[in-house]
Amino acid sequence: MSATIVSLDLDPEVPLSQQGPAPARVVAGFGFWLFLLSDIILFAALFATYAVLSSATAGGPTGTELFDKRHVFMETLCLLASSVTCGFGSLAVARTDARAMYLAMIATFVLGAAFLWMEVTEFAGMVSMGAGPSHSAFLSAFFALVGTHGLHVTLGLAWLVVMLLQVATLGFQPMVARRFFCFGLFWHALDIVWIGVFSIVYLGAH
Amino acid sequence: MAVNTQKPRRTVGTLAFIASCVMLASCQEGVLDPHGPVGLSERVILFDATAIMLAVVIPVIVLTLAFAWWFRAGNRRAQYTPDWAYSGRIELIIWAIPALLIAFLGGMAWISSHDLDPPKPLVAKVPPVEIEVVSLDWRWLFIYPAQGIATVNQLTVPAGIPIHFRLTSSSVMNSFFIPQLGSQIYTMPGMTTQLNLQADDTGTYKGLSAQFSGDGFSDMRFALVATSPGQFQQWLGETRARGGTLDKVAFADLLRPSHAAESLSYGQVDPELFNSVATGKVATRWSPEEAR
Amino acid sequence: MLGRLSWDAIPFDQPIPLVTSIVMVCGIFAILALITVKGWWPYLWNEWITSVDHKRIGVMYMVLALVMLIRGFADAIMMRSQLALAAGHAAGFLPPEHYDQIFSAHGTIMIFFMAMPFVIGLMNFAVPLQLGVRDVAFPVLNSVSFWLTASGVLLVNLSLFIGEFARTGWLAYPPLSELSYSPGVGVDYYLWSLQISGVGTLLSGINLTTTILKMRAPGMGYRRMPVFCWTALASNLLIVAAFPVLTATFGMLLLDRYCDFHFFTNDLGGNPMMYVNLIWIWGHPEVYILILPAFGVFSEVIATFSGKALFGYRSMVMATMVICVLAFMVWLHHFFTMGAGADVNAFFGVMTMIIAIPTGVKVFNWLFTLYGGRVRFAVPVYWTIGFMVTFVIGGMTGVLMAIPPADFVLHNSLFLIAHFHNVIIGGVVFGVMAGYTYWFPKAFGFKLNEPIGKAIFWCWFLGFYLAFMPLYALGLMGATRRMQHYPDVHWQPLMLVALGGAVLIFCGIVLTGLQLVVSIRARARNRDLTGDPWNGRTLEWSTPSPPPAWNFTHLPQVDRADAFWAAKQGTGPAVRSKPERPLGPLHVPRNTATGVFVAFFAVILGFALIWRIEWLATVGLIGAVAVALRQAWQKDREMVITADEVSEFERLNVRETA
Repeated sequence: MSATIVSLDLDPEVPLSQQGPAPARVVAGFGFWLFLLSDIILFAALFATYAVLSSATAGGPTGTELFDKRHVFMETLCLLASSVTCGFGSLAVARTDARAMYLAMIATFVLGAAFLWMEVTEFAGMVSMGAGPSHSAFLSAFFALVGTHGLHVTLGLAWLVVMLLQVATLGFQPMVARRFFCFGLFWHALDIVWIGVFSIVYLGAH
Repeated sequence: MAVNTQKPRRTVGTLAFIASCVMLASCQEGVLDPHGPVGLSERVILFDATAIMLAVVIPVIVLTLAFAWWFRAGNRRAQYTPDWAYSGRIELIIWAIPALLIAFLGGMAWISSHDLDPPKPLVAKVPPVEIEVVSLDWRWLFIYPAQGIATVNQLTVPAGIPIHFRLTSSSVMNSFFIPQLGSQIYTMPGMTTQLNLQADDTGTYKGLSAQFSGDGFSDMRFALVATSPGQFQQWLGETRARGGTLDKVAFADLLRPSHAAESLSYGQVDPELFNSVATGKVATRWSPEEAR
Repeated sequence: MLGRLSWDAIPFDQPIPLVTSIVMVCGIFAILALITVKGWWPYLWNEWITSVDHKRIGVMYMVLALVMLIRGFADAIMMRSQLALAAGHAAGFLPPEHYDQIFSAHGTIMIFFMAMPFVIGLMNFAVPLQLGVRDVAFPVLNSVSFWLTASGVLLVNLSLFIGEFARTGWLAYPPLSELSYSPGVGVDYYLWSLQISGVGTLLSGINLTTTILKMRAPGMGYRRMPVFCWTALASNLLIVAAFPVLTATFGMLLLDRYCDFHFFTNDLGGNPMMYVNLIWIWGHPEVYILILPAFGVFSEVIATFSGKALFGYRSMVMATMVICVLAFMVWLHHFFTMGAGADVNAFFGVMTMIIAIPTGVKVFNWLFTLYGGRVRFAVPVYWTIGFMVTFVIGGMTGVLMAIPPADFVLHNSLFLIAHFHNVIIGGVVFGVMAGYTYWFPKAFGFKLNEPIGKAIFWCWFLGFYLAFMPLYALGLMGATRRMQHYPDVHWQPLMLVALGGAVLIFCGIVLTGLQLVVSIRARARNRDLTGDPWNGRTLEWSTPSPPPAWNFTHLPQVDRADAFWAAKQGTGPAVRSKPERPLGPLHVPRNTATGVFVAFFAVILGFALIWRIEWLATVGLIGAVAVALRQAWQKDREMVITADEVSEFERLNVRETA
């Protein structure tokens, strides 16, 4: 971000807060940070609910009986790897290197889709063995928390497709670059939330 | 002329009537006319806290009006100081006044919260009477576990003896409240709350639900009758003699939603009923098949 | 095909909603017909509906709020009439199943669709002008936010004639709001309309927070921001932090109702207490979301009309931010009677009281701003003085109820109702009315009629005391909230007095309409050519009224707080600095129908979900996504205002300010 400030060609004697309206790129990024903050608070509410209800199994199966930690570990690896490729993609956007961007972002998409596929498999397995969200408050909270994260990943994948189409049709104009920057933030934030899910829900299962 | 003088006099009369209604009513019922130790302590808190705060609030109101009036644009005697916008001394005072007030009231809140915590037993030489309360749609069930009887919408207790309530709900949330005895507490499905109250004087006190619970909520009223200990024993005997058994079948019948239901009594009661309701072990939804 | 929707949903058997609906539908059609006949559609569409100008959007928010004030007040007067009648064995004229919907709708509408749009409208209108910038950070998003709020309004009002509204109270506590106790569509109307408008509110919060933190005129550091902007910042930070909790909570209740989840049900481990906690973690900050901008308005009004800088600016800012943070630490005081235990109750009681400290400081600061001033008694000052007198009483009863044992006897009583109307009417309503009167000439270029304005104030002020002081007394007598009838006939005189108060407030609302008509007809006479009718202090008064689409031809230069005032006094440099470059061309965001189209599909989606019409829900969802994608490919987003147009505007409105 410091590059942005330097490029503004501002008087270094004047404090940042007095230098007038920030450029569009900073404003867009800041607004999106605030959105992510609000999204994380939404997850916080779901985490709190999960914490309260995690022992309310109503005589049904518990987390330790249901979760396959190896499966979830593979899932986690996919998502973390997709964050790395997304990072490469963002660098390519900054260089306006279309080929590298496509390569990295398609890899991101494939890894994200793999994560989602594994999650859907896990959910389907639980439902088929009679542990769907209707069976106890614990399962309701589990499906809502993990499912909301999954929904975010789904939306992220859809967004990624839209971004690829935008680059294909509009090229790397500033507007598209700003959106790519926001997409990157979103994707990394989903990783952070997943770390929380992985450690609290799966590692903390009882 | 006669008509003209009549009108204001009638208005004054009406106002006086309304004012006296308020005075009389608020002194003869409700939370300002308590008949038990809990309610009495709470009234002291209401009066003390209000008086302390009025000591600041009234001067603020008076000063607001006075400053606004004196510094009106038309008053040439008032001194205009357009740039006076800071005074460290005044800042200190205006942070200190509310801070001190709140320090005092906060202490009061902290101590009284512990003294008057609803589950805390009342100080007494005799052991309390145990009563279990179940809120239904839309009536109240009172179980006397030690005496083995139960009543609906009518609560009889001995005056001068503490009562220990354990409360739950068979359906939605309600709040068990007898304004003249003091504290209310929520009744909630699948959970048990506790409340300790005592009626010092014999008499009939109004009880109600203070938490909205559906269409029949306004009729969820009951009477608390405080009798002398002797009469209480007599009442227990009469209730037992009247018969009736409150078991799971009879309870299933009580679950039928009803408005302004009449009082009922049961000479015998399933001792495990309250715990089964509070832990969700009996069906708490009314279904015509399970009821008689 | 139509899910649960059938002819049974229309209340043919209930005269009150049926007649109301017919009157409302006829009224709406009459307005639409008038617009069509007069040929106003192009104007409305181009200048208002598709506008992304923050000033226009702010005005539309306030129009929406005023309309919903009438709707919410209609509910209020029905409740007061019912209680004035239903004493002893009398049943009144509203059966419980109808009365329960009315009080639920009253609370929901007044908070979400009257107070919130009014406050957001004022912030939208005034904040960018006070900051000295051309627009908010995301103008198109602003339009989307507004129209999503309007979608929620439409859905709530649809419930009047198609189906029913919630009968659960305005916060819909489970298990009463669960499917097993509320099987109808009422709770679904409540949940979907608030989910949709809640998204709008969240986006608006993000937008304004970004605007305040990232877009200020050159030189306007944080310590030079007008206090209204500070309170708006606090309010919007609270929106960003609190509304996601509401979304999550309602989401869980929706899952319970639609997908057989068990978050808050009575069985299978569900926990209704958790809903009550979560909803108040949003609900208490919500109170400050509403009141803080009102505090900001009073600060501006009192400084302007005293002709004096606000006393204790730093204290004021500090107090605002302290309230902003503490707002999240007091939620449990809404249910001391749930049996949380002495330590928990005492902690939250004390935390609640601590909020009274910064609030008290604010009152004293206003008091000392009056001191040494030259107070001009314009209508906004009436509202401000009325507020200071009234609000301290509401604050006092609030602190009283923060003492847990006092709350044990006052909780859910009419005393509580009197308390929160005391702070919401005496604080928020007085505040938005002050702001409305104060900024009206800025928005339209002419002042509102003064004598009618004063009459409106007296109706509200006296009406409030008449309507709610009896409720304090009734609460102490053991009258509880939400009761549809009561056995104690001697409560009736007080209930009648309260009804009289409501009638007086009704006069105030009617006069507000009259004031608009009278003022618009006399607009030529009341025109404000200076742009600064009140001798103001902040930057919004340095630009012509109404301001051009670009707000400021040259971004103002600020070197201190109240820089415009200093410039007028000759103690500071001019805020409208001489152009270093020739004028224009300027770029302003182009109007777009994205907001209104997204909202259109959101209404379809919400309605379809309420009535469980799957295909229609799919249509709504696909439509909304399609509109968003169309916007994403929109290239021509800016309109160029040529140098000639700018200089022409400047020539017509030029005015040396300093």
